[in-house]
Amino acid sequence: MSRRVLPFAAIIGVVIMLAFFYRGLQLDPKILPSALIDKPVPSFNLPQLHDAAKSFAPEEMKGKVWLLNVWASWCEACRSEHPLFMQLSRTGDFPIYGLNYKDKQVDGEQWLRELGDPYKVSMSDLAGDVGIDFGVYGVPETFLIDKDGVIRYKHVGPISRKDWREIIEPKMIELNQLKGQ
Amino acid sequence: MKVKVIFILLAILMAGFLLIGPAFASEAKLNEDPEIKERFKHLASELRCLKCQNQTIWDSKAGLADDLRKQIRTQIYAGKSDDEIVEYMVDRYGDFVRYKPAVDMKNLFLWVGPFIFMIVGGLLLIRYVKIRRTQTEEDNDTISDEDRLRAQSILKQGGDK
Repeated sequence: MSRRVLPFAAIIGVVIMLAFFYRGLQLDPKILPSALIDKPVPSFNLPQLHDAAKSFAPEEMKGKVWLLNVWASWCEACRSEHPLFMQLSRTGDFPIYGLNYKDKQVDGEQWLRELGDPYKVSMSDLAGDVGIDFGVYGVPETFLIDKDGVIRYKHVGPISRKDWREIIEPKMIELNQLKGQ
Repeated sequence: MKVKVIFILLAILMAGFLLIGPAFASEAKLNEDPEIKERFKHLASELRCLKCQNQTIWDSKAGLADDLRKQIRTQIYAGKSDDEIVEYMVDRYGDFVRYKPAVDMKNLFLWVGPFIFMIVGGLLLIRYVKIRRTQTEEDNDTISDEDRLRAQSILKQGGDK
């Protein structure tokens, strides 16, 4: 009996392994799952980019579904998602806040003057400490935060129109329909 | 003569490079308490630089690794334990930040899987060898009475020609 079962078991084993390999080859090892999904947004209080005398804290956003986009003037990939953000900011349905990560204030402001400013508010995280609290390891990164201040989704790398249409927009619409606590 | 001078200059330049390397990598402060230095090195070598995934925070020259090294040092001076510092990193960057992740339900199979395969494989091997052994023993036993009689008669006659 074992003579017939053994080769059969071996073939099943190889097929299972191939299934794992196939899946593994499609994953991008540079995109890491965030440890912060379904956790409350880290608390911070940062000066605003355009007016350092004013500050911004995420607690102000209670009751709203919003995006926190980590960007920098030195970040090339940020340029590729910027036109999409400009378009979104014109309708105003999806508020985008910017975390200007490890950037000089002058450079950040210059960048926004050149390309347009899609952000309701940008915060200066010159030292990158708030970035560490958000587990940022590459720019751009974008966090989707719900009405209760819980992080629901994180996108690593620039958001393409396809990412927006197929993943982020549906999620935002869904979260907007939910009632916050 | 000129060649010799160039040669010496090159040698000095290369020696210079040897000195630069370690200075970049560790940025350990001089005059630091050796115990703290040791802890810092140990922690930074156990944590992964997320930006350049196959390097530790200790090895990497990425800006993020630099920030995380500073963070580790600050927390050591703030009196945090090694476990607390590792937990701080895992809370923000996930288990992937550790080169040696703790055993939990999610990765339990990765830890015990190889041993399960070894035990199952070993058991199968033992069974296989046992089956083979009884089979060969059976093969040895299965001489029919007819063959035995023939063999005996051959032996008596002293071989048949």
